[in-house]
Parts: sequence; C-alpha cells; structure tokens
Amino acid sequence: MTIRNVRDHGQRYRPRMACLKKVENVVLEMQDPKSGVKSQTQRLVITSIPHAITGEDIVAWLVNRFKIDATEARAMGTMMVAFGYIYPLQDHKRLILKPDTSLYRFQTPYFWPAQQWPVEDTDYAIYLAKRNIRKKGMLELYEQEQYNNLYKWVNHKWDFIVMQAKEQYRAGKERKKPDRVVFDCQERAYWVVHRPPPGTVSAMDYGHDRMVDPNMEEKKTSDYYRRTVMFIQQIVKYTTTYKEHDPFLHACLPSNPWLTDDVTYWTLNMPNVETPTKMRVECWTFSFGELLMDPRGRADFRLFLKKEFSGENLAFWEACEDLKWGAAETMKEKAQQIYKTFLARGAPRWINIDGKTMDITVKGLAHPHRYVLDAAQTHIYMLMKKDSYGRYLKSPVFKETQRKAIAPEPHRFTETQLEQNAKRRRPSLSPITLRQQEEEQKAKLAASGPVDITQVMSKLEKKQKA
Amino acid sequence: MIFRETSQNINIYKNMCYFICYYSIHILNSFFLLRLSPSKHSSPPRISCFLLEMAAQEVASQPSDTLATLKTESETLKTKLEEERAKLHDVELHQVAEKTEALGQFVMKTRRTLKGHGNKVLCMDWCKDKRRIVSSSQDGKVIVWDAFTTNKEHAVTMPCTWVMACAYAPSGCAVACGGLDNKCSVYPLSLDKNENLAAKKKSVAMHTNYLSACCFTNSDMQILTSSGDGTCALWDVESGQMLQSFHGHAADVLCLDLAPSETGNTFVSGGCDKKACVWDMRTGQCAQSFETHESDINSVRYYPSGDAFASGSDDATVSLFPSCIFFKWRLLFGGYNDYTINVWDVLKGTRVSILFGHENRVSTLRVSPDGTAFCSGSWDHTLRIWA
Repeated sequence: MTIRNVRDHGQRYRPRMACLKKVENVVLEMQDPKSGVKSQTQRLVITSIPHAITGEDIVAWLVNRFKIDATEARAMGTMMVAFGYIYPLQDHKRLILKPDTSLYRFQTPYFWPAQQWPVEDTDYAIYLAKRNIRKKGMLELYEQEQYNNLYKWVNHKWDFIVMQAKEQYRAGKERKKPDRVVFDCQERAYWVVHRPPPGTVSAMDYGHDRMVDPNMEEKKTSDYYRRTVMFIQQIVKYTTTYKEHDPFLHACLPSNPWLTDDVTYWTLNMPNVETPTKMRVECWTFSFGELLMDPRGRADFRLFLKKEFSGENLAFWEACEDLKWGAAETMKEKAQQIYKTFLARGAPRWINIDGKTMDITVKGLAHPHRYVLDAAQTHIYMLMKKDSYGRYLKSPVFKETQRKAIAPEPHRFTETQLEQNAKRRRPSLSPITLRQQEEEQKAKLAASGPVDITQVMSKLEKKQKA
Repeated sequence: MIFRETSQNINIYKNMCYFICYYSIHILNSFFLLRLSPSKHSSPPRISCFLLEMAAQEVASQPSDTLATLKTESETLKTKLEEERAKLHDVELHQVAEKTEALGQFVMKTRRTLKGHGNKVLCMDWCKDKRRIVSSSQDGKVIVWDAFTTNKEHAVTMPCTWVMACAYAPSGCAVACGGLDNKCSVYPLSLDKNENLAAKKKSVAMHTNYLSACCFTNSDMQILTSSGDGTCALWDVESGQMLQSFHGHAADVLCLDLAPSETGNTFVSGGCDKKACVWDMRTGQCAQSFETHESDINSVRYYPSGDAFASGSDDATVSLFPSCIFFKWRLLFGGYNDYTINVWDVLKGTRVSILFGHENRVSTLRVSPDGTAFCSGSWDHTLRIWA
C-alpha cells in the first residue's frame, strides 16, 4: 500500500462521481435528433437561438424513457441540472428543473463536470475579470467578494489573469452575436455549478477527499475467473419465516410506537420482562441462535437446563462469550477461572467434551488468548443446539411459557386520542440507570450465597402445582 | 432477478464449520451474486451471497498459464455461465418468484425530524433500547437524542471536524466517535447534565489517516474501526491496545459491518479499491474478497441471517448511487445522493417505494434494533425517523 502525501488542496481526483459517465449517456440520448427531447428556438429581442428545451418536455421524456412517475422524473432532472449537464435560461441561479414551459439548454461537453481538468481558481478569476471588463459593477455581491479574495490569493498571477481576460473578451467580440450569447450562457452556467452562490446546495459537494483516482481504468489480474451458483431458497426461507415479524410489513401488536406514540409495544418487549409476547416466543422456535440472543429466552432455557442438571453447558458458553468480548486486562484471569470451574478434573461444573477438544484447549491455555476456548465453545454450542434445544421446545417449561405468553390486542386510536398520545410523550429510563439497577441486583444475588439445588427443585415443584 | 457472475479468490475458506452446521440441509458449492433488477433507472445496491462449503471445486491456477490462455478460459466459462443462467432464470427463478407474494402497499412517512446539528450529519447509530440514537456531524458535534421525544440528551464537541463515524455501545452507556482526528474516542455517558463528557474521554484507536467507520462488538469492551489508511483494526477500549489489525485493502476503507452475533466472528469491509472483504476476527486474515464493483464501495451491510451482505457503490446507474444501505429481512433501504431513499424488495428485486423529504444527500441510514422504524441522516443538517 503506497502512502500518498501530496495533497493539492482538494483538487486531486475530482469529481469523485463515477455515476457521471452514466448521466452523460442519458444526456447524449436526450440530444438525439430523432428520439431525444424536442427542441425549439428561443427568441431574444432581435436574435433567435436554437436548441432550447422546455422543462415539461424533459420530464415527459424521462417518464417515457425510464417508465417512472413524474415526481421521480423531476427529481432526476433536477440532479442533471444540478450537475451542470442542462442549464436553465431563465432564473439561472436556481439549479432545479421546473416542469413547466421554462427553457433549458444542453451544456456543451467542454463544460461538463467529468472532464479531466480540475476547476481552478485561476479560471474563475479570469471569468470574473472578464465580466468586470465588460460591464463594471455587473458582478453580484458574492462574486465581488470572491473577486476581492482571489485578488489577494492569486495576486502573483494577476497580470496573467487580466491579460487572459482581455484576450478572451476581445475574441468573444469577434464572434457572431448568437454564438456569443450562447457561449456566455454556458460559461455562466458552468460557474454557477462550480462556484455556487452562498446558501445554495451544491451537487459538486462530495465530502472528504479520498486517496484513489476514480477515473483510473480497472486492471484485470491473472487469477480473475468467475463462477455462478444458485441459492435463492435460503433467502426465500428466511424471508417467509420472518414475514410476520417484520414491523414494516406486518402491523406490530399492539401498535408501532412511532405511529401511535404509545409505548406499550416496547414495555411488553423489554429484555427481561416476566411474561413475553407470543410473537417473541415464536421467534425462539425459529433457531437456537434466536433463543440465545434474546435475554428472556436465554433465561427460560437456563431454567430448563437447571431442571435437567445440565446448566453448566450454558454457563460455560456464556463464560466463553465473556472471555471473547471482555476487556483485555482481565482475559488471562478469566481463562484460568473458566478452566478451574469447567474444564479441570474434578471441577465443580465439569462439562462433557471429547478428548481431542479437551487436549487442544488445555494446550492452548498454556498461552491464553481471547479465542483459546473457541473449539470447546463450538462443541458445547453444537451439543446444546442439537440435543438440549430440541428437548427444550418439547418441555413443560417451554409449553408453560407459551401458554402464558401475551397476545396483545391491536390498538384502535381515534384522531383525538392520537393527538393526546403525541402530547403525552415521555422520556424513558436512561440505559445508564438501567445498568446501575442491574448491577445492584447482581450484587444482591452474589451476596445471598450459592444456590441450593434442593431448594430450587422444591420451588419449581411448587410452581408447577400452582 | 438477474443472476450475475461472481469472482472469487482461490483461497476458499474451509474452517467455518458452524456455517455448514447451521445450514446443514444444503451443502453445496454455494456462492452467488444477486443483483436486483435494474429495470428502474435507479439501481439498488448489489447483494453478494456466500455460503462456504467443504468440498469446493478448486480451479487451480498454474503459474505457467499466460494471461491470454486464462482470458480465453474465462471467456468460455462466461458463455457457459450465460447458458446456465438462462436455464435457471427460466426455471427456478420463475417458480421462486411465483411462490413469493408481492408486498402490499407500502406507506412510510417521516414521523420525527431531529433538528439541532449545525452542519451536515455524517453518521448515526441506534441504541439497543430502540429509541435513542447518536449522531455526528461535520461541525464536530456528537449528539445523543431520545428520538421518540426528540429531546437531546447529551452533546459532545469533538476537537476535529468531519466526525465520520459514531457508534452506540451495546450497554447504552457510552458512545464512540472519530473522524479527521485519525482517532476513535469513547465517551462514557453520564446522567449529570453539568458534567463535561469530554473530560472522561478515552482515546482508543490510533490510525494514520481519517477514521471512516467504527462499531462496537458484542460488548462495550472492544471496538472495530476502519480508516482511510487502508486498514481495519480491533481495539480494547480499556487499555487502548490494538488486539488485531486487518491489512489487505489497497486504498481507503470506507465502511464496515459486523456479522450478526450467532454466525460468528467475521466482519465485512468495503473500500475505495472497489473490493469488499470478509475478515476473520480471530486470525486477521481476509477470508473472502469480492471485486464486483466499478467504483468506491460506500456502504456494506450484512443480511440478518449472516450469510449474505449487500454493498452500495458509486457506480449504480444514471444519477443515483446509494451512499448508505441497510437490510432488514425482506427489505433493503438505500439512501441516495439525489436526496431520496429507495426501498427495495430483496426477493423480487423490485422497488417498493421511494421516499422524499431530505433536502440534501442522505449520508447515513439505519433500521432500529426491533425493526419498528428507521432513521436517515442527511447533509441538510437533520435526521428523520420513518415508520
């Protein structure tokens, strides 16, 4: 990777818009004498200038060509005007497409934005000087300011600039009037695009500089080969499964908070709510990953595993996740702790993994890193997924949760109620407060001593009987 | 939908066995590029799908092959592919498209407009609580909003302009941001309104060029960044230590996205070298790279299932190209440079809706964590929530 150091004040590799080549193709199509936009002559006092097109013709042509509706054609036309491929003859400072009889003309390719030379301040200075010579005081206020600034910045070239301006002015006088008018319009339009009046949005605004030239040709390397495969069933399956869970496609119950200003949906779906909604429980049946990712689902699964006396699998998996994503400082201690609790011989929560994986893990633990327990974690994950998950879905714990799950009725708000809701918008508890509460709870649990398994069993039995 | 040829590196990644287990029904040589129909003038971003498998057909590249012979070989392969594609297009695609119903009328409106930034909004991110967002702008301000009530909760002034990257921590208690200062800083948020958040700032990442994107991993402790210096890196927040660096892009890296957590430890990045690379976070190696664009890749996003991603680039068509995209199940949202947002149906490959409203380029777009709304940030200084 080469490091490019020289930056010529943002003039390098501009404009960075690969789409411009495609706009040019469309513009060329539009100029086709047979299938392009109809043009007419513009009358100016005595002279008449050909090839002027109306805004409504442009919109109609775009609608026809691309089979889109009028609003979109108008937006597209506006972009073409904003980029400078078409310029307005009346109201030249506003670069929008008006879908009425206002006249436009195609810009000459010399003034198209995608040319190879950058838009230099020197050229702008020459242009302003030329206009000054022609009629003193014809410059707008912002142009005057720019002119004064350029006089300071480009002062070393000023003689050259004035000389050029005079030359161009003289050459312009020798042209025929219609040509001169057209050229002046074109040049003026070019500068409106590249040096926009203050307060207007410029399409040439492209953000920060990047280091690579967009106009460079693509190189084909020698190992460039292609292959196709089909696998659309995957996507179809995924979308059909989640179809009813997508709030954009299916109304979410009871109502989308952004639409009705009622936050019941969020309250019912809090991470650690007591009774989950039916939709949420349904999500857990889609895949094991979904169950684990949802804290309420994971808690339910944990309860089930406790009954089966295989809770250490989930605990190990969680500990491994904590190791992977935790702070680097505590990583070594955590790894050691996990080893002592789950993997060592005679460990209090010994997990059942095959000999080979155990070997790899123990060897890795000599030089622990964040992913040292990866093999073991994957093994346990697969074990839970293939074995415990299936049994969980058929278990009384899950069936109980399913039975108790809430299916809220959809809200039906009237106009006035919606207005009231909008007025009653309240801020929610900050995540910072929530985290503080969680930590307090954890501290309490830790302080209350280790869990007595017999007590847990008796509690569960009581719950079942109830 | 049109199937297009794809390019693939010779190194076929074989160790991701959990991919196979997860999709155990179909173990095929499955890697394809899905391009949504360009029947409308505005083209959607391209979607690259990949499923990795064990017994891949490896085409060995012999060093003695000349460029010419390889070219002819690729030409013959191309014609073969065209034939195959034509067949598939007729048979399977038809069946599949028929089976899927079309989406109904799609009505989305701006529900909230967040005003407060003094300059172009460059980036935003949602908090896991589904209603808070953080946004950063060109004037160096990073604001945390409660989008539901449109209140501003916190504001930080960065010492640099062009804050191109910002991210919300999974816990909701910190934000990370960076830009032209070449650094990524993590600011822990506080409930005390009078506290100066800049005082507790932690400088985490150090790059040699601008920071283009940042993202927290599954916890507040690690952050993934991409930069204009062509590299991505994984950092430990507490110590500021670099845990892993990812080299392979030949130019500025513009965007990155982490794979959804269950599918493991990978992320995808897109850059100015027209490549999108999938990286393994454990080894720092590029698992796969995709060179199917003709211009800078502005935005990459994983599909929720984790085995596909979409990339948006400057080369789409005519005057539209997406500068930011987001996937959610069946819909793909793209924010475009002509100030609109287009919503595409992933399955049918058609456009569902076009949303007007912003007065300047749409620079960033994300769907909320529960999918109830999406937020777009634009160069017109505002953010809009759509639902």
